[in-house]
Amino acid sequence: MEKILQVKDLELSFHTFAGEVKAIRGVSFDLNKGETLAIVGESGSGKSVTTKSIMRLLPESSSEFKNGEILFNNHDLTKLTDKEMQKIRGKDISMIFQDPMTSLNPTMTIGKQIMEPILKHQKVSKAKAKEVAVELLKLVGLPNPEMRIKMYPHQFSGGQRQRIVIAIALACNPKILIADEPTTALDVTIQAQILELMKDIQKKVDTSIIFITHDLGVVANVADRVAVMYGGRIVEVGTVDEIFYNPQHPYTWGLLSSMPSMDLEEERLYAIPGTPPDLLNPPVGDAFALRSEYALQIDLEQAPPMFQVSKTHFAATWLLHPNAPEVEPPANIIERMKTFRGSRYYEETTGGEA
Amino acid sequence: MVKYIGKRLVYMFLTMFLIATATFFLMQTLPGSPIASYSKLNESQRAIVEKKYGIDKPKPVQYAIYMKNLAKGDLGTSFVFKGKSVNDLLSTRLKPSMVLGAQAMVFGTLIGILLGMLAALRQNTFWDYGSTFLAILGSSIPSFVFASLLQYWVASQWHLLPVGLWNDGWKSSILPSIALAMGPLAMAARFIRTEMIEVLSSDYITLAKAKGANGFEIAFKHAFRNALIPLITVLGPVTAGLVTGSLVIEQIFAIPGIGEQFVSSIMTNDHATIMGTTLLFSVFLIVVIFIVDILYGIIDPRIRLSGGKG
Amino acid sequence: MQLDKQQLPPEKFERVAIDNESAERITKPSLSFWQDAWLRLRKNKAAVVSIFVLLLLILMAFIGPHLNGHSGDHQEIRHANLPPKIPGIEKLGIFDGVGNMGGQKVDLYEMKKVDEYYWFGTDGLGRDLFTRLWEGTQISLFIAFVASIIDLVIGVAYGGISGYFGGRTDDIMQRIVEILIGIPTLIVVILMILIMDPGIMAIIIAISITGWIGMSRIVRAQILKYKSQEFVLASRTLGAGDGRIITKHLMPNILGIVIINTMFTIPGAIFFEAFLSFIGIGLQPPAASLGTLINDGYKVMEFQPYVLLFPSIVISVLMIAFNLIGDGLRDALDPKMKD
Repeated sequence: MEKILQVKDLELSFHTFAGEVKAIRGVSFDLNKGETLAIVGESGSGKSVTTKSIMRLLPESSSEFKNGEILFNNHDLTKLTDKEMQKIRGKDISMIFQDPMTSLNPTMTIGKQIMEPILKHQKVSKAKAKEVAVELLKLVGLPNPEMRIKMYPHQFSGGQRQRIVIAIALACNPKILIADEPTTALDVTIQAQILELMKDIQKKVDTSIIFITHDLGVVANVADRVAVMYGGRIVEVGTVDEIFYNPQHPYTWGLLSSMPSMDLEEERLYAIPGTPPDLLNPPVGDAFALRSEYALQIDLEQAPPMFQVSKTHFAATWLLHPNAPEVEPPANIIERMKTFRGSRYYEETTGGEA
Repeated sequence: MVKYIGKRLVYMFLTMFLIATATFFLMQTLPGSPIASYSKLNESQRAIVEKKYGIDKPKPVQYAIYMKNLAKGDLGTSFVFKGKSVNDLLSTRLKPSMVLGAQAMVFGTLIGILLGMLAALRQNTFWDYGSTFLAILGSSIPSFVFASLLQYWVASQWHLLPVGLWNDGWKSSILPSIALAMGPLAMAARFIRTEMIEVLSSDYITLAKAKGANGFEIAFKHAFRNALIPLITVLGPVTAGLVTGSLVIEQIFAIPGIGEQFVSSIMTNDHATIMGTTLLFSVFLIVVIFIVDILYGIIDPRIRLSGGKG
Repeated sequence: MQLDKQQLPPEKFERVAIDNESAERITKPSLSFWQDAWLRLRKNKAAVVSIFVLLLLILMAFIGPHLNGHSGDHQEIRHANLPPKIPGIEKLGIFDGVGNMGGQKVDLYEMKKVDEYYWFGTDGLGRDLFTRLWEGTQISLFIAFVASIIDLVIGVAYGGISGYFGGRTDDIMQRIVEILIGIPTLIVVILMILIMDPGIMAIIIAISITGWIGMSRIVRAQILKYKSQEFVLASRTLGAGDGRIITKHLMPNILGIVIINTMFTIPGAIFFEAFLSFIGIGLQPPAASLGTLINDGYKVMEFQPYVLLFPSIVISVLMIAFNLIGDGLRDALDPKMKD
């Protein structure tokens, strides 16, 4: 499979009032052509920062690339000049943001906002750009686009605005579309519509998508592969099935356990104890160890490397080391693993008893 | 909106009525007689004069007459400038004040916006510190101190511009306009800087960046308009500051304007003129604030609905 | 991806029990709101310098008049219109007592046979300007502080009552404010000053007669904001009375904004006093305030610019210092800026 984007050992820090915040501490992943990669994790895990650093949208005065590279089209995005970067933004890589209520310019018609990247990156006339804008609005399912194009953002609802933002992102047929929690700020019914729209669009235009979310339900719905982030690192990455039905990292176990489920008769919803690590003074070793009931001595001393589980599945936990003791995941995780061919709890008779 | 304007109009008239009434009765308690300049008069002559100006009648009657005239737009007759109506007196003085005020407003606001933009776009650089420092000076140094110093150095010492008086055309309006402009300049610079910084950190600016817009497009196509609109809200206080400033600036540069007239009428106990000027200032300020509120009310829903947190 | 090459001893792989305590451990030291604000204020260099400058000026306002042995109201016509002369510095060519006399530079001290030093010179009546400057500063500061305290007390009380009790009380009180707010401050101040006997009290009353409105509106808005919040409701559910809610829950929350607002009222009052005195309806001679001193100086600016210069510098520095401290406090107390 063709790799369209490669992030290698990315390290990034923010210089703040209180000191250096190590927001990303060695992140590596690939994005394949045409796939949807979901990055999940709780707030502060670095998922948003990772994608913003791909777009180089972080304030240059306070953020600093410490190490690593972001390879796109044989260019390292971290090394490009501002001018070169401007040519990539909106054309090759574009982005959808979390809050549609604030991500459109209130004093500019939506038509102008959609036409802006077209006029910027493609040598077309204004009339042609307008045509494209109308087409885009049709594509994202906004009725009466010819008329709506002259309207201002406040004349649209949240869901409609997110459609407009998506239209802007698609304006130049980008190779990569980054969606930063595009449904979080929307009502549940609208969320489903926007997700449908995104899946629909991916079928029509051949774009790779990086989908950031903290909602595992959304992940199952849209993603091909999943990367789980915690404390500025990717702790587990694999296909959707591997992450949902054969998770290896205790943090992934926690995440899955805290997801409400219909088919399991759990009375209480699980909550991961403790708080996310303070990235001003990141913990040594496995950042999750302090909140994990599966912590090993070595977790407190040394950061775990990525252990390979399958061709596509990797996890950074010492539990996968040959010397590690066998631990028993939470009951509901075992339930999940029973259905996954290749996991150690797999049972031949699918559906197995509880 | 119509209901709101109606409500505001009612309050405006109420406020005006209150000011007129209060001014009238406060004037009556003033020490010093309004016809002090007629001191050489004997009893019978004095009575004639008092009758002429209507101040022989009982106070409530005087008040009723005054308010009736006021409703017709007649501010009464000056006590000092014999026989001259306050309306005439003030109307000849309106132009210099208006020219001065308008020049200071336009000059101050434009330079202020420029400085504020510069500071916000070059945050934490020499430009930012320089413009912020200038804004602090502008809002801190009293206008009359600044005006005196300007007059001393630029006019008397270096002879670059006229010392004062309104008799050398546009040239004689430069120094007083600069002195008066410091207030609006400082206000606009500080306001635009904060607004710009806030706008520049908003989501739609990040989206504009994500579209590939360059620094210039982001600053002027996207941020500037959004930072500029809320500036309307400070126009009220800025205008009030200009009126206050004009009282001293006109005195310092000997400009035959309303402010200078006001101060000199206070000195000469010219009650009718004091009242007239007070009312003129009040009407002006109240109307400006009203217009500003209405203007913002018209533009506001768009800003609120889409710019605010969803 | 990469397997570790080093051999790790098996004991490293023992399970350890992590107690929940350490998971919930708070790593940052706990700071109260005011400690946190103080830390922030301390990092604002302009504000810190301003605090020192302001303290220095206040100190000078008290000890300045007694420093050089001259009294501020002692008139000595023989010593009139002397330029500044300071021992020591005079050798540098400045503050050496040389002034203009008919277009020529002459040492006026020598000419008038004056042996004493007048650090900032003398005025037309031979009064020592150094002493008068600090006396004037004292008066200006006094007027500003008293006026601001009156604004504060009335504003907080009016806004607090209006906001806290709400309903009909609030309605009536706000109608009154809506009318009063329409009256331009300048007009009220001048009218009030005209009908009262000139003096310090008249100026203070004139400044505070509408000055409290701004404060009352801010306080009311804050009270309205906080009183509907859950922590107040919770406290009320637990049986707290009005007094306890006001002193324990509302006051601490609005204190910050009240302090910030006061830091901007004070320079406003300093300005208005000087403004009134400058146009001649404020303090009357021989009383000195920064405004009257600037007025005196302005009259003789052409020939004795130093008379204007020193009070101008003091009032400007004073205003700048208050504004910078106000700005600093606003940044320090504004939780929005918190990282």
